[in-house]
Amino acid sequence: MNPKELITEKVKEKFSPFIEETSDFRDDLCFTVKSEQIVPFAKFLKEDADLQFLMCKDVTAVDWATRKKRFTVVYHAHSFKLNFTLRIKANLESDPPSIETVSSVWRSAEWYERETWDMYGIKFLNHPDLRRIYMPEGFEYHPLRKEFPVLGIPGSLPLPHKAE
Amino acid sequence: MGLEAKLTQDGFITTTIDAVVAWARKSSVWPMPMGISCCAIEMIAAADPKYDIARFGSEVMRFTPRQCDLMIVAGTVTYKMAQVVRRIYDQMPDPKWVIAMGACTSTGGMYRSYSVVQGIDQFLPVDVYTAGCPPRPENLLNALMTIQEKIGKTRSRDFQNRSLKELELSQN
Repeated sequence: MNPKELITEKVKEKFSPFIEETSDFRDDLCFTVKSEQIVPFAKFLKEDADLQFLMCKDVTAVDWATRKKRFTVVYHAHSFKLNFTLRIKANLESDPPSIETVSSVWRSAEWYERETWDMYGIKFLNHPDLRRIYMPEGFEYHPLRKEFPVLGIPGSLPLPHKAE
Repeated sequence: MGLEAKLTQDGFITTTIDAVVAWARKSSVWPMPMGISCCAIEMIAAADPKYDIARFGSEVMRFTPRQCDLMIVAGTVTYKMAQVVRRIYDQMPDPKWVIAMGACTSTGGMYRSYSVVQGIDQFLPVDVYTAGCPPRPENLLNALMTIQEKIGKTRSRDFQNRSLKELELSQN
């Protein structure tokens, strides 16, 4: 059985009521799970003896701007056992958008989630240290949101006074 | 230069202290290598034997601002980094000069973005802007020569330097 079939079968067996969508676009397997199920799902992927998705490679988000569920959080997990990278998505409903942190499962997600918070303003609940990671503390905006102008908001970032 | 001939003939020259000081200053401009990104590589290249910034008396790259006259800002300055650049600039003793090396420091360059300062002249007094992305070492040397020309023309009264002003006051 190839890894893709194995993963799909295992996931469907345990989580089928919570999977909103399965896609296999251009050989990238992707599950969209219900956002409240993200932690159990991550835990399952990591701890299942046949899957062993030990590594979280990335957490990011998509701002769809006009959709009702405006934000989608995207995770990439890697299994060394299967030599396979899986994509997991979760659509967020609430305003402000929030989702449970997966840093309890994958420690590496901690900083990725900080980045996602910084750029998109998505709250990761129960995150141990949800601070900005790129933008200065005290910055009020989230730059990768669609309404944020590319050149920024004048005066939102302090500059030193011009030297004489 | 004719200096040798003059010295062997008469054994002395007449000039002003201001001119001598300006000549000494322009011949030993010690740079602060503010290498923030890729321009720094070209700045290093300018110091290597092929381009040899030592020909202009500027080979002494000091990594402490307290021993520098010239800040070469070589690389993209973000808003976060601007605070650091300015802090280092403030630690340099007067008189001091600034080269904005490359497109990023001069105008923000290709980073027309919320995080990048669109020109360091918003918080630093820039003396020479250098075009290029990154500029060739020749271009940096050209900027240095321009600075030298500028320094050569300076006289002590030009500086808005408090210590010099105080000195003048005490003399009067």
